[in-house]
Amino acid sequence: MAQPALSMNPVFLSKDAFQSLLDGLHTAGYTVLGPTLSQNAIVYDEIRRIEELPRGWTDSQEPGKYRLHKRDDDAYFGFVVGPHSWKKYLFPPVTTVGSSTRVELGWKLDTPKPQPRKLAFLGVRACELAALAVQDRVFTGGPYVDPHYQTQRENLLLIAVNCTQAASTCFCTSMNTGPRCTSGFDLGLTELDDGFVLEVATPLGESLISPLKTTPALPEQLTRAEQARAGAVKQISKSMETDGIRDLLLNNLNHPRWKEVAQRCLSCANCTMVCPTCFCSTVTEVVDLQGDQVDRVRRWDSCFNIDFSYTNGGTVRKTIHDRYRQWMTHKLATWHDQFGSSGCVGCGRCITWCPVGIDITVEAAAIRQSIPLPMAEETSEGTQP
Amino acid sequence: MNSAGALRTADPWLSFSARLVNIVEEIPGVATYEFELEVLSVAGSYRYAPGQFNMLYLPGVGEAAISLSGMNGLVLHHTIREAGNVTHAIAQMKPGMSLGLRGPFGSSWPIDDCLEKDIILVAGGIGLAPVRPIIQAVLKEPAKYGKLIVLHGARTPNGLLYTREYNDWRTQGVQVEVIVDRADTLWLGQVGVITQLLERLPIARPDETIMMTCGPEIMMHFVTKTALAHGIPEHHIWLSLERHMNCAIGHCGHCQLGPAFVCKDGPVFRYDRMEPLLTVEGL
Repeated sequence: MAQPALSMNPVFLSKDAFQSLLDGLHTAGYTVLGPTLSQNAIVYDEIRRIEELPRGWTDSQEPGKYRLHKRDDDAYFGFVVGPHSWKKYLFPPVTTVGSSTRVELGWKLDTPKPQPRKLAFLGVRACELAALAVQDRVFTGGPYVDPHYQTQRENLLLIAVNCTQAASTCFCTSMNTGPRCTSGFDLGLTELDDGFVLEVATPLGESLISPLKTTPALPEQLTRAEQARAGAVKQISKSMETDGIRDLLLNNLNHPRWKEVAQRCLSCANCTMVCPTCFCSTVTEVVDLQGDQVDRVRRWDSCFNIDFSYTNGGTVRKTIHDRYRQWMTHKLATWHDQFGSSGCVGCGRCITWCPVGIDITVEAAAIRQSIPLPMAEETSEGTQP
Repeated sequence: MNSAGALRTADPWLSFSARLVNIVEEIPGVATYEFELEVLSVAGSYRYAPGQFNMLYLPGVGEAAISLSGMNGLVLHHTIREAGNVTHAIAQMKPGMSLGLRGPFGSSWPIDDCLEKDIILVAGGIGLAPVRPIIQAVLKEPAKYGKLIVLHGARTPNGLLYTREYNDWRTQGVQVEVIVDRADTLWLGQVGVITQLLERLPIARPDETIMMTCGPEIMMHFVTKTALAHGIPEHHIWLSLERHMNCAIGHCGHCQLGPAFVCKDGPVFRYDRMEPLLTVEGL
């Protein structure tokens, strides 16, 4: 993986001085959002004091299972990713996109001006930086730009945290998105026992760090940071073969595996809600009691909902088989056609939060294994690794 | 994509007030609604290409994607069949009332590729509405194109659209053929499915013929088969697809068909680019 191109040498911020980073952000007018404990999960919410971070907690994850445990140390970021993703701040679950007032014989039509806030995301992981880049392309990369997303994106400060451990559901190394944070952030942290090695990637990041008490990072500290990051790489056990995956899936739209997974899939839409790149939505009308004031409200929707593909001729994707296939082929295949990259960043949330533990990597592998690739045919007879 | 003259704003969700100036009853349950954008500068900058659609919005009811069936001066024509909440509510409107309009959206028929070519339009039912602008465009400059043939099918004789215009089209050299699934006692024309019209049609120079079709997907499936059997090349066959369109700007995900967002990559697609997807059930 490419090393980050940074404008200056890393510095060391001791844990005693950690609160001063948050204070500095607050002074600069930022609302700081970061990980915190809520209902036995680590979620993203507003953070004022470092004590609100899940210090000393970790998560264990498996298909369909998420549990928190106490750590035997006081790490601030000693966990992986939870059910929330940062998309809730840039593409909120509920957004008013239009408002109308009744006038004689018609309507006065308007759209609300975007109201961006200065937001600082604290603790963004490499897979999440990749997910932000994916949603940037969805909402701002095409002929139409979402003004709400764009203006909030322009008012964002990103403080990345390098993972020092991985969950059993993580597969960022397969998707080439992590675990090392290499670009797309202002400040990059690697946590050590006594402090953070801090990479400053932008002038904005530099302006926040310069008033703080930091020291140039010592070679010994850099070595420990490197070892800590290597810990995450070592723990990643899940993988997905992405070579030719677009054609593999699109050439197998009638594969029997879709029916098999549909036997287990509840079509509950959990995977799409926790996915940091899923962007489907529906706009509905919200009317006041007189019917004179109408808001158009955009809400997260999901291709797993049965009426999502409804047209006046009927529902296009009637079965769970149709809908699971739509989700997975969109994520891993047609996303490439639409946005020039995979829609999957390997965060593993869809695996953890699936109530029946369906694993996208297993499903992709099942289709691949039953379809010998031309390459594999040549070297069959057990010579494959 | 042809978006020249679209009502471009910083916010693609902004609708513009459009006043209903006239209603032309077409057939039972179908009428052409003629709208004029209320702000003159907005109306004056509006341009569309045949095949594109507008989002028509009635606050409190919802929004629907409706193809333009023509434009006369600043007046935008939408031929609408009452089918759902929004179209029912539009049908309740009286001239003088207004609704919200944003657009135009989507891809358009390949009218620029049709110079000196013969053109066959195959339209089932309300599918004639989005192809009518091609007829109008060709009749405006007939010398630029070859022969224009319109094949139109409906379930019953009173399902045939724009019948009052056929004479006018015919006197200007357009070949108009119609067929119905079920005749009534007064019907003297052909009975059957639209594919039969195409089967029987002599096609003088298939390599120089462009076919555009709009109608139910199953109809377009058989129409394209017939066209291919005639020797019309795959890349000369175009179809207009329908999917649920909620945002019209490729952000909401509803209208996806494989790699395509039907709202912004379609609704008009070249057959050879869509064919593999149209035969997969539930895609």
